[in-house]
Parts: sequence; structure tokens; C-alpha cells
Amino acid sequence: MTPELGHFALILSLWVALAQGVLPLVGAQRSQPQWIAIARPATTASFLLVAIAFACLTWSFYINDFSIAYVAAHSNTQLPTMYRISAVWGGHEGSLLLWVLMLAGWAQAVALFSRQLPDAMVARVLGVLGLVMFGLLAFVLLTSNPFERLLPAAEEGRSLNPLLQDPGLVYHPPMLYMGYVGMSVAFAFAIAALLAGQLDAAWARWSRPWTTVAWIFLTLGIALGSWWAYYELGWGGWWFWDPVENASFMPWLVATALIHSLAVTEKRGSFKNWTVLLAIAAFSLSLLGTFLVRSGVLTSVHAFATDPRRGIFILILLAIVVGSSLLLFALRAPKVSLGGRFSLLSRETLLLVNNVLLVVACGAVLLGTLYPLIIDALGLGKLSVGPPYFNAVFVPIMLPLLVLVAAGPIARWKQAELGDIVRRLWPAAVVALLAGIALPMLAGEWHGYVALALALAAWIIAAIVLQAIQRLKTGNPPPSWWGMQIAHFGLAAFVIGVAMVGSYEEERDVRMSPGETVTVGGHTFKFLGVEDVRGPNYTAARGSFELSKDGKMLRILHPEKRNYDSSAMPMTEAAIDAGLTRDVYVSLGEPLEGAAWAVRVYFKPFVDWIWGGCLLMSLGGLVAAADRRYRLKARTATKTVATGAMAA
Amino acid sequence: MNKFLLPLGIFIVLVALLAVGLNLNPREVPSPLVGKPAPAFTVPQLHEPEKTFSPKDMLGKVWLFNVWASWCVSCREEHPILVEFARTGMVPIVGLDYKDKRADGQRWLARFGNPYQIVPFDADGRVGIDYGVYGVPETYLIDKAGVIRFKQIGPVTPEVLEKKIIPLVQELNK
Repeated sequence: MTPELGHFALILSLWVALAQGVLPLVGAQRSQPQWIAIARPATTASFLLVAIAFACLTWSFYINDFSIAYVAAHSNTQLPTMYRISAVWGGHEGSLLLWVLMLAGWAQAVALFSRQLPDAMVARVLGVLGLVMFGLLAFVLLTSNPFERLLPAAEEGRSLNPLLQDPGLVYHPPMLYMGYVGMSVAFAFAIAALLAGQLDAAWARWSRPWTTVAWIFLTLGIALGSWWAYYELGWGGWWFWDPVENASFMPWLVATALIHSLAVTEKRGSFKNWTVLLAIAAFSLSLLGTFLVRSGVLTSVHAFATDPRRGIFILILLAIVVGSSLLLFALRAPKVSLGGRFSLLSRETLLLVNNVLLVVACGAVLLGTLYPLIIDALGLGKLSVGPPYFNAVFVPIMLPLLVLVAAGPIARWKQAELGDIVRRLWPAAVVALLAGIALPMLAGEWHGYVALALALAAWIIAAIVLQAIQRLKTGNPPPSWWGMQIAHFGLAAFVIGVAMVGSYEEERDVRMSPGETVTVGGHTFKFLGVEDVRGPNYTAARGSFELSKDGKMLRILHPEKRNYDSSAMPMTEAAIDAGLTRDVYVSLGEPLEGAAWAVRVYFKPFVDWIWGGCLLMSLGGLVAAADRRYRLKARTATKTVATGAMAA
Repeated sequence: MNKFLLPLGIFIVLVALLAVGLNLNPREVPSPLVGKPAPAFTVPQLHEPEKTFSPKDMLGKVWLFNVWASWCVSCREEHPILVEFARTGMVPIVGLDYKDKRADGQRWLARFGNPYQIVPFDADGRVGIDYGVYGVPETYLIDKAGVIRFKQIGPVTPEVLEKKIIPLVQELNK
């Protein structure tokens, strides 16, 4: 019964979403209040229906209903409850349903928290979201129905891929999807503004907090994925330039550009067309990411089962959504006013450079990701593009960005003076120079690469401190200012982590018998032995290592080698002792003769700063999005727009 | 000409390429080598550089020729399956370390296990060119007369092993 109920709710939600998409949009264009008023209730109805469908699927997983093909393929009775729940999004059908649920959730949030916006604007935004949702629901129902029955029912399920049985993977996809799908709100605001012909500062202010919140989720989602790869895949790397990773990174780069460009549009009325284009691009890249991951046009370590019908459907959906948006853009953009003028050296110019660099970086990643596909499509052969390309192209683009991060917030709008910037920032340059020379020598060997990275990080941090001192003299700056500085500080921390772990990590692969020791990065591991343990759905060889530094015992580490009952592939669970300035990481390789094992130990200085930096960036976003002025000034902004429109 | 049409134009080209790409299988490359004698070569071995390996050494045996590298992500996915398969001893596996650094290759095998009977070392990738290696990993099944009978591009999966490689090995060994 439950799956049929879920299926029925899903079909109903398809038609409600269509109503939500069409009626308010038509109503707003014709100024019919009754049709505009449909937007909010329709949004709530479609959200509730999708939520019911999702709850039905989750319940089916919880009670192990193996008469549903999707449940039988991704769960079994031995699976711990937590992973039975997260298995809901462990496969294609369920993760798409999660995608739609989040889209409905974002739309519902817009309906709830936009009481202060004009009704016609909200109706358009919800309408656009409704149309996107209709497309995705049609995709789910026609090609990827999670409620399909399996008759006769399976005795036992096939279980979830052991790689996915991990806390990191319980949270990673929902976070990432929240970010992906959140871009649809910025997109919907942009399309609504284009439809209304009202591209102005008020529009930018309305969409700013939404964009920032979506960006926070995207940042956290990518960071969680990277962290998961670091400890679960067991070879100590944190980013692989894999197509699936790139698919999430490209919207992030464009969303970051969008956040900065929205600031210009709100404060100065400039860059309007550019901002709209970025909003469309950010969501398009989210859709493109879904296409790349779900259609199997690219090979990746994330092997998903693929079905050509699905690929065609997403491609058509992508073509309709993005194609019509870009057409609308081409029709409306020529009529948009250019906004305030600014001189060659001004905050506008610096933010423009920021935007150009981020977009070029995104283009480089896109090219690298699609290049094998393009060459193949043109019949020129098969090839793959690896990390050397991405590192060679991406890093040089990021360097000027890191230099400018410090100067941007200091430069004045409209016209800045070079002398003023130099006068305020020269101490930061001195600090950067000293840091670049001294810090690498303290850490170990001096390399040009790490010196440059640490100098840039020091430059950013010193500039933040200087600005804070200068601003605090004249009262407390607003939260949005603090948010920006926290996020920029997070960027510096991220750079430090990448540079340190890239240059000073140490690893050893050794054969160890019980009682033997190995030392890496000043930390000594004493191998105590291996015992067999039984987990809920696996058996494991569990090693014990005594970790000590300078003769002082720190703790016992337990890396494992697991054999899941439902899979032939042995899984390596590394044991990590995390710290502020270093991780030490031990994992078991193969058993050798006698009681000896192949053991691999890592010393990773500052590796946690990579994810700590991402956390700080998200925190900065949160502080900025919570700024009260977004809520207070909305009314007044509306009024000025209204009077402005009347005067015109 | 409206310059704001440019993004739409770029997008249309992109969609066209994706549409073509959808009909291609990135893992499927036609191999002109199947049914032909395995190209000859002589290269040093990974662990003992003074010893060499040549496909001639394997004449009279059915053997599996796997091309891998320590920098190859998909090889890690494939590796446990090969390690498991090597335990059955059904067929000798020779693993060509392709475009790699000697130390990296040795460390990689020490870490993930060594399913190979012999590990030839192809530092500059010349053997790979002769064999038409598009992307690592690739696996060839070669018969007693030194003729390539099957080629797998991309990781060997348990399915490929059971449905293609094992039946073919049994047939060739008859």
C-alpha cells in the first residue's frame, strides 16, 4: 500500500507543480490578483505531496520492503538503520527524488519568507520554480520511478555499496543537493526579474540572501565530499579532479562570482546583465552536473548505473530550461540600463576582475571535463584529461585572485586611489614577504611554491586584521562586512592547508610485525597486532597501533580491513588522529606471512585546514546572509521601486 | 547582430555535442588488435630492472595482460578484483606499469597487493602506443599462440570476469 500511496502523491504533485508553474506566471503578466494568489498555496501543496512520496520511500526502506525494486537493490536486512535511511538516496531514483524534495522545499521557503516582497514578484519566482519542478517530476515518473514493484518480492536485498556505508555519505548528498537546487532560487529570481522587465537594485537585494544560503550548502557539500574521499577511499588524497567532483565545483565557482556581482548590482546598479547571466549559468551548471553524473557520458570513479533514455531526457530538460532562459535574456538584456559609471581603479573594477577570473577558472574546468567527450563526439579519438591539466591551468588563474582579495574590500566604489590602497595595505605586504621567507623554513625545506602560497595567505590575513582595526575605530561594521572577512579568512586558511599538505606530507609503506615501530613526521607508531572483529554486516581485521610523540604515548589507533558480507571487495578503514596542525593516518594493507602486515602511515601537516577553511567560508556566508538589512529594508526598497516605476 | 545572443549560441553548440556524446560509449573503443598477434616488445621489469620481459616468454600459455599505473584512479577500483582473481591461479597475469615512476609503481603494488606474476615497466609509454592503449586500465587476453583474443577497456568488473574472461580462458585452455 505505502509505495502506491507514494507513487500517487508523486503523480498528483506533477500536476500541482504544473499549475504552480503556469497560472501565477500568466497571472503576473496580466496582473490578475486571483491567479497570482494561487502561487503560495500551490507551492505548499506540491511540497507536501513530494514530502509524502519521500516519506513513503523512506518507510519502505525502514521496514525492508523488498517488493520494491529500488529498495531490494540498495538495502538489506543486515544494514544498520542509519544506513537504511541514507540508502534512500544511495541510488539514482532516490537521489532524484531527494533533488525534487529539496526543490519543493526551497520553493516553500521562498513562499514563507518573502512576505515583504511584492506579490507579483513572488508569484513569478514560485512559477519558475514550479516549471522546473514539473520537468524534474516528469523525469522521475517517466524514467526513474523509485516505487516500481518487484514481483515476486526478493527474499533479501542486495545491500548498499560498502563505500557508501559511512557517516560522511549520510550527509554529503543532501548538503550538495541543497546547494545545487538552491541555485534554482537565484535562477528563478533572475528569470522573474527578466519577465517583469525590472532588473534593479531591489531585485539584487532580494536574491542576495537566497544565493548566499545556497552557496553555503554547496560549499559544505563539496567539503564533506572531499573529506569523505580523504578518509574512506584510503589513499589520503582530498581532491581528484574527477568529473563528478568537477560537476559540483563548477556551479560553486560561478555561484561565488554571482555573490560578488550581486553586491555590485545592489550597491551601484551596475553589472545587471552580467549578474543575471551568472544566475542563469549557476543553475545551468547544476543541471549540467546532474546530466553528466546521471547520463554516463563521462567515465568516473563514481560509477553509476546508466540508462540512455535518462540521458536524453535530462538533455532535453536542460535544453528547454537553459535555452529558453538564454533566449529571454537575449531579448530583454539590450533594454537594460547600464547603471553607475566607474573608473578604471575602483571596487567595481576589482569585483569585475574577480568575476572574470572565477568564470575563466570555471571555463577551464568545464573544458577539461568535457574535452574527452568533445573529441569523442567529433570522432577524433578517445582520451582522458587528468589532474596535471587542471593543476597547470587552475592554479595560475587563482593566484591573482588571492592578491586581489585583500585589496577589493579596501578600494572605494566608483573611484579608488592607488595611493590610498597602498598606504593602507603596505604593512600587510611586509608581513606577507616575511611570512613567505620565514614560514617555509620553520616548516621544513624551503620551496618557491609553498613560500608563494603562504605569503599570499599571510597577505590576506594581515589585510583583514588591518581593515578590522581601521573599521573598528569608527564604530562596529555591519554583519555582512564581518561575514565577508570571515569568508576571506577561510580562503586563506584553505590555501595554507593545500600548500602545507602538498609540500610537507610524508608517507611510509612498511612491512610490520607485532612489536615493530615506524616513525613518520616525528610520530612513532608501534604495531601491537591484529585481531578479528565482527561488525553488524561485515567481518574485519582490526589492527592496533600505539601512537607516540617524543616518547609520550598519545593514543591507540585502530585501522580496519573490512569484508562486507554482501560484497567481495575488501574495504580499508583508515584510523586518523586529527589535530590542528597535523593529521597522522594509518591504514592496513595486505596481510603478509606470519603476523606481519603491509602498513601505510601518513603524516599530513595542516590538512584539516582545507576543510576548516571551507567551514569558515560557509560561516562567513551565514553571518552575511543573517544581516538584518535584508529583512528590514525590503519594504522601503519596494516602495522606491514602485514610485520609480510610476515616475517613469 | 545582438551580442546578447552569444550565450545562447554557445549553449546550443554545447547541447549538440552532448547529444552526440550521449550516443557514444566512453568505455567502448573498437580494437583492431583483437584476432591479431600481440605486438612484440622487450622492456625491463619493475622490481628487477636487470631482468626483461617480452610477450615471447609467455608463448604456450594463455595469459592476461593488464596495463595499469600508480596515477590511475580507475585502477584502484579494478585492483581488488584482480588480486582476488589471481588467488584462483586460473591464468597468469602480467601487469604492465605504464608511464609511471619506478618508485611509485613499486609502492603502489606494496600497498594494494600484487596480483601479477611478472611486472614489466614501460616508463615512456612506448609499449602502450603499440597496443593502442587509450586509457588505463586496459586488459588483454592472449592465447597460447600469442594472439590477442579479448580486450577490455576500463576496469575489469566481476561481471566481465565471469561472463567473458573466465569462459574464454577455459575454452582456450582446452
